[in-house]
Amino acid sequence: MEGMADFSEGESEQGSVLRLHGRLTLAGLGDFPQRLDALAAKPLVLDLSGVDRIDTVGAWLIQQFAERSGARIEGAREDALRLMSLVRRSEADVRVRPEPPNPVVRIVTEIGDATMVAFKTMLGLIAFFGAILVSSWALVRHPGRLRMNAIVHRFELVGVKALGIIGLMSFLIGIVIAQQGAVQLEQFGAEVLTVNLIGRLTTRELGVLMTAIMVAGRSGSAFAAQIGTMKLTEEIDAMRTIGVSPIEALVIPRMLAAIIMMPLLGFYATIVSIIGGGLFCWISLEIPPVTFVQRLQEVIPLTDLWVGVLKAPVFGAIIAMTGCFQGMQVSGNAEEVGLKTTAAVVQAIFLVIVLDAFFAVFFSQIGWI
Amino acid sequence: MDLNNPIAISVRGVCNRFGDQTIHDGVDLDVRSGEILGVVGGSGTGKSVLMRSIIGLKPPEEGEISIFGESMTRGDEAAQLDLRRRWGVMFQGGALFSTLTVAENVQVPLREFYPQLGKKLLDEIAAYKVVMAGLPPNAGPKYPSELSGGMKKRAGLARALALDPALLFLDEPTAGLDPIAAAAFDELTLSLSKTLGLTVFLITHDLDTLYAICDRVAVLADQKVIAVGTIPELLATDHPWIQEYFNGPRGRAAMAAVDREGAKGA
Repeated sequence: MEGMADFSEGESEQGSVLRLHGRLTLAGLGDFPQRLDALAAKPLVLDLSGVDRIDTVGAWLIQQFAERSGARIEGAREDALRLMSLVRRSEADVRVRPEPPNPVVRIVTEIGDATMVAFKTMLGLIAFFGAILVSSWALVRHPGRLRMNAIVHRFELVGVKALGIIGLMSFLIGIVIAQQGAVQLEQFGAEVLTVNLIGRLTTRELGVLMTAIMVAGRSGSAFAAQIGTMKLTEEIDAMRTIGVSPIEALVIPRMLAAIIMMPLLGFYATIVSIIGGGLFCWISLEIPPVTFVQRLQEVIPLTDLWVGVLKAPVFGAIIAMTGCFQGMQVSGNAEEVGLKTTAAVVQAIFLVIVLDAFFAVFFSQIGWI
Repeated sequence: MDLNNPIAISVRGVCNRFGDQTIHDGVDLDVRSGEILGVVGGSGTGKSVLMRSIIGLKPPEEGEISIFGESMTRGDEAAQLDLRRRWGVMFQGGALFSTLTVAENVQVPLREFYPQLGKKLLDEIAAYKVVMAGLPPNAGPKYPSELSGGMKKRAGLARALALDPALLFLDEPTAGLDPIAAAAFDELTLSLSKTLGLTVFLITHDLDTLYAICDRVAVLADQKVIAVGTIPELLATDHPWIQEYFNGPRGRAAMAAVDREGAKGA
């Protein structure tokens, strides 16, 4: 291209000369740096009189080349001299990336860090639970301090606004259970048992478990993000200075909302799943709704409903607690809010599933089968 | 600065609206090559919006903006992309990429526009730019979260200077800095603009910055640029906002500081 940076070798009375010409700028460089590096001869003089334009990158290249080869610079215009002196002053030993650590050390450090974080989180969660209990007891003694407005507002956000998405999810899950169950049971000529499958599976397990996962994703994450943002903007500190306990004002309303809404949502999810499954049975297996409901009454013991409904508030408490706890752990920058929100959801779902396993064994042991 | 220098940025009749709210209603402004133009105005008068319009982040509803004679509001993508290599922008908080180190941040524009540069040269360029922006050499391998506010601004400046731009946009460079760091940053801006021959578009609230380094000052008020000129020229106008701005207690303190400096120098 016209005017690109280039050089030509020559001789003069002072010895070998490297004449530079063209635009010694970023846009005009092309492969000039590589060719300059590959140059074998060491000229005595660098002649810059043919250079049209120069920027700091060009000045840097010339500066470095002159230092390497010991050549004298001639014919430089005032702006080139100015830039070369600027880059000379700015030369320093700067590393671009941090030193990569020894891989063995790194792996051991990471395992150690992860272990420490896990233990600290567990301890923190227990301490947080303790703080909630203390605040709850204070509220029991002074019920007037309970923030009813905040609680009712949370009811709406956690419960009412979730009806649509939980309903849709449960309806589809009901259909999937019915369809997959029917396909398998058909092989034994027992497709009528699909009703048992839908009824018992949704009331005992799936209705509440899937609701818990959805609430953890919807509300647990929202709790962590809201409280985390308030922590960043120093709202929580402002509350403390005014004398308002953040646990009372922020955590308890969210806990109560989740504890009260979870059984209601779980029950609703169960009913919608059964409707979805019933619809599939009606259309595909030709079991009319009346028969379907009659069969349900026969096969679902009342204890199944209790299994589901009793688990739900515990799950709600776990979701709200991990959400609020992680939100309170935010410090430093906005990136933390994202990290803690993710942690809140992952921990909530994990704890819910672990507890669900305990509940499953427990309820079977006490004879609710 | 010479008033006969060619015009680097020309803004004509620019209108910006957000919904019903009109921010700019016919803004006219010329920035000449080689000058440091300070842009001042009360909070919410749209200083940052004007900058965002000029660099193409928020196309104006009406009006014409051209940079080095090339239209930003009309005209083809390729020409605008080419223009982007010729300016650097330093955002208020530095806007550094948080997953990259300071030196890697400086390399981002270089890698984007000049992928043929070798790794060694890229590292060398990043190294001298970091030092040029007044950062200590050990700041190169640090991540933005490890830097103080002043260092973030300098790192932002290093990245803005990565492509050796002809035009530099600075959005409140001294906001949030302590007075010593702010004065040092002013000095750095001035010396770099003189050495590199930069044209600087500088948004500021800092009266000291205006007195110390700006060749001319543009005042945004009433949805327009109500006056452009050197500070003495602005003091001669009788617009109430300008009078209050420069003759308020802080304005007088800044002026007194300049007079003291001048007396010391003389």
